[in-house]
Amino acid sequence: MTDKVKQNISGILIKVVILIICLVDIYPIFWMITASLKEQYEWSAFPAFALPHGLYFQNYIDAWTRGHMSTFFRNSLVYTMVSLIFIVFFSVTVGFAVTKMQWKFKKAVADYFQLGIMVPVATALIPLFQIYNKAGLYNTGWSLIISYVAFGLSLSIYLVTGYLRSFPDEIMEAAVIDGCGIYKLMYYVVLPLMKNAIVTVLVLQFFFKWNDLLFSMTFVSNTSLKTVQTGLMYFSDEFGSKNWGAIFASVSMSILPMLILYTVLNKTIIEGMTAGAVKG
Amino acid sequence: MKKVLGNKGAISLFVVPALILYSIIVVLPVLWSFYYSFFSGSPGLKWEFSGVKNYIQLLSDKNFRNSLIVNLKYIGIVMIGQVGGGLLMALMFRFWLKRFKNVVRTIVFFPVVLPTVAVGQLFAKIYEIQPNYGLLNSILSAVGLNALVQPWIGQASTALGSLEVMDIWTGIGFHSIILYGALLDIPDDVIEAGRIDGCNGFNLFRHILAPLLRPMIITCMVFSFSGTVKLFESALALTNGGPGNATRSLSMYMYSVAFTYNKVGYGSVIAIFIFLLCITGSRIINLFDKKESYY
Repeated sequence: MTDKVKQNISGILIKVVILIICLVDIYPIFWMITASLKEQYEWSAFPAFALPHGLYFQNYIDAWTRGHMSTFFRNSLVYTMVSLIFIVFFSVTVGFAVTKMQWKFKKAVADYFQLGIMVPVATALIPLFQIYNKAGLYNTGWSLIISYVAFGLSLSIYLVTGYLRSFPDEIMEAAVIDGCGIYKLMYYVVLPLMKNAIVTVLVLQFFFKWNDLLFSMTFVSNTSLKTVQTGLMYFSDEFGSKNWGAIFASVSMSILPMLILYTVLNKTIIEGMTAGAVKG
Repeated sequence: MKKVLGNKGAISLFVVPALILYSIIVVLPVLWSFYYSFFSGSPGLKWEFSGVKNYIQLLSDKNFRNSLIVNLKYIGIVMIGQVGGGLLMALMFRFWLKRFKNVVRTIVFFPVVLPTVAVGQLFAKIYEIQPNYGLLNSILSAVGLNALVQPWIGQASTALGSLEVMDIWTGIGFHSIILYGALLDIPDDVIEAGRIDGCNGFNLFRHILAPLLRPMIITCMVFSFSGTVKLFESALALTNGGPGNATRSLSMYMYSVAFTYNKVGYGSVIAIFIFLLCITGSRIINLFDKKESYY
């Protein structure tokens, strides 16, 4: 009996701990979003955790226009989307070629691509800078897109090959007997059946590319070409470190796409982001 | 079938473009960094072959040693926090969470999807003391712990700790959800059988759960390690390496040497060091996996 009571108490205690963990995860975000609606005077007049007294949307307008958030958003979106298209295309074609097609060096090529998973971006940064400089790509969106695609390949190909290994050969055989050539086979048979793997690659790489700071701060210095992340870094220079409202508004804005995506697709996103670890 | 899948034209079309891109942008620069590391100055400016001079300089470079120590401390604490803390959380969820499983999963994983820079800016304001108290200091002073109010990221003694807390906050959800998934894959009967044999609490974990979770824990450690070894974005966004160089990581030191001070050759040596640290570290962690299979 006493054992049972003890267990109950510890059970309740642990539930309280879980509740606290959830609060610690959520509250800072909640605080930031509410704080982004505060007027300047509220910061000095009330403690930081106080709720805003009204909805002061001017912060958002400031961030969007004076803080160039509109430009940064457009840039991030373009760089990310273009890179994702190439990453998916390359990872599906290479992944298919090294698992299902028949040629001599497929094992070697697969291993060669896998090497890149461990390469820290910092190690390649200095020569890359020289390459882009020489090629006239410094300060263009292309330098970012090319880097994003190249550095996204290893992990994506790895995930796709893992998926394709368990892909049944019979379906392909049937299609070939029906007269499909290799391109038709890829487009009509393999691609539709790889939806899950492609979604995983998309989710994972979307977060990686959207969050990139190192490449974008190194290869692009023009304000009109900067991404959301680089923009955020230098926000306090633009507004002065005292304008907390505008800083919070811009940070809230930068996480908004994540927030919406995550609310709608949380299951897919969790599966996608953990896929690399679970399959590895 | 063979003819279709052995189509040489299609194979080269599928593989060659990606192969070229990957070779030029990922593989070549790594080799190039190695080549650069034997030169001093920067290309076009006092650029000359200097043999292993850069490597010797590295050994006696105080700034380098400082970044290395900062980075290693950070790796140690954050790995323990992310993987150890994640494991504790996973165990709590597995044994005490009956309802709201999906809600808790969704909430706990949430910080993982936030952009690093955004988290850095957010935490900078949480730790703030001037011109107004940030979230942490205002809560501390509201509950009467005025003695604890301090410039968390403005003083060398707490800056690294504050950075570590932030990155544990962001990363712990990832590891706890992965380990939670692995725990759910362990069938109930296995745990039940262990209980009947008298395993409870810590013993149950040590003798039954830990061995079964081992591969996953090691995977988590590799992930955590390869993430922390590259420490750059979060430190840059939160503290910019300061105060002084209390939170300056290897990557940040490399960046400032190569791009601010324009010593490309010397920066490359640090870049190579980071690469080797990353590879060796992961190898060492993976060794623990192999040992088990011989039992």
